[in-house]
Amino acid sequence: MNLSGSRQTLGTGASLAATLQRELLIILRSPGDIVNPLMFYVIAVSLFPLGGQADAEWLSGIAAGVIWVTALLAVMLSMESLFRSDYEDGSLEQLLLSPQPLYFHLLVKVLGHWLLTGLPLVLLTPVLAMMLALPGEAYWPLLLGLLLGTPTLNLIGAIGMALTVGLKRSGVLLAVLVLPLSIPVLVFGSGMVQTTLNGLPYTGLAAVLGALLVMTVSLAPLAIGAALRISVN
Amino acid sequence: MLSASGLYCERDERVLFSRLDFDISAGRVLQIQGSNGSGKTTLLRILCGLNADYEGELRWEGKLINATVEHFRAGMFYLGHSPGINKALTPMQNLRWFCANRGFADDAAIIAALEEFGLSVYRDIPCFQMSAGQQRRVSLARLPLSGASLWILDEPFTALDRRAVADLEARIAEHASSGGAVILTTHHPLQLSCALEIINLDERGPQ
Repeated sequence: MNLSGSRQTLGTGASLAATLQRELLIILRSPGDIVNPLMFYVIAVSLFPLGGQADAEWLSGIAAGVIWVTALLAVMLSMESLFRSDYEDGSLEQLLLSPQPLYFHLLVKVLGHWLLTGLPLVLLTPVLAMMLALPGEAYWPLLLGLLLGTPTLNLIGAIGMALTVGLKRSGVLLAVLVLPLSIPVLVFGSGMVQTTLNGLPYTGLAAVLGALLVMTVSLAPLAIGAALRISVN
Repeated sequence: MLSASGLYCERDERVLFSRLDFDISAGRVLQIQGSNGSGKTTLLRILCGLNADYEGELRWEGKLINATVEHFRAGMFYLGHSPGINKALTPMQNLRWFCANRGFADDAAIIAALEEFGLSVYRDIPCFQMSAGQQRRVSLARLPLSGASLWILDEPFTALDRRAVADLEARIAEHASSGGAVILTTHHPLQLSCALEIINLDERGPQ
């Protein structure tokens, strides 16, 4: 083994940064994985004013629900690409056999995925909220809710994806596994907007969403890791 | 280095092997032989820790493998059927990630490894533009980078041309002579300059 002088020992942090960088590179190489869920989000939300009534009062009543439900589906749509290519090309086996702590690598992988799929979705939301005539005071609770909720949805989706990555077509099974677990996020998220519209403070619900995020951040990587080990077995 | 005792594995109610004992120590090359479906890949996946459906005991440097798993992973390199190379990334990017996973960064060593495998020109070309044999070489370029003492190679000669096969054989022999160990499967007649031990799974199955 030629261990030349240029060799630099990396700590866990630097090795995690390499995983994040790889994840971002891979997603950026296939822009469809970023654009498709966003397009779905925009198109599905813009169908509601067309299919329903075009008056502002009716639209602002359904705005929060429509945006949250569509965001949930768009996140699920974006999860499809999370482990697929790694599973097919064997990188997943390498990741599972890496001497580095798997827990943090999975967390970073989902984070990278969220940065390029979940975050753009949140950033796009004000435009859609305007289209649905959402009252001004409801923008912050909506955005804050999505900011706390989409990473939670990503992590929950990653568990389902890890379980089904070995199957050829995981679409419906993934939805059956993941959607029930996503309901709390949906309820508290759109609840934040509704309470604001009713003139009540939304901080309590935001705290619940935050707690859900903390819980999934700490527990989901364990479940994802276990599910991946089953899938490659 | 790695020792197995009483390994037993069945798949779909068919016993693949039972009472399998072996001990691989530094300087040895072990070839797992057997016809298609005899459980060679399953055995290698059990040894590297990807497959947990077995009975028996695996020890790494004397300790039970589950008790020393991080140590074992740092000292072992597994190359499976799929290359473990992301096709959208370049060989450089793939190998950088591999090195980071093993806890170091060393671009000079990566460039040297790619050169050894005749890939210096393709360093920054996405892997999907390369042939199957070249992709195989990218994944084999991890051998000198891994720093692992035990190599577990599942059909490493697939898709390689004649010269690359000879190079890899020389590399395997060199690894064994410098204190490493290799466990591999292949259907290609090996020509090694060192001693080769053989386990034939066809003789190990149910009689």
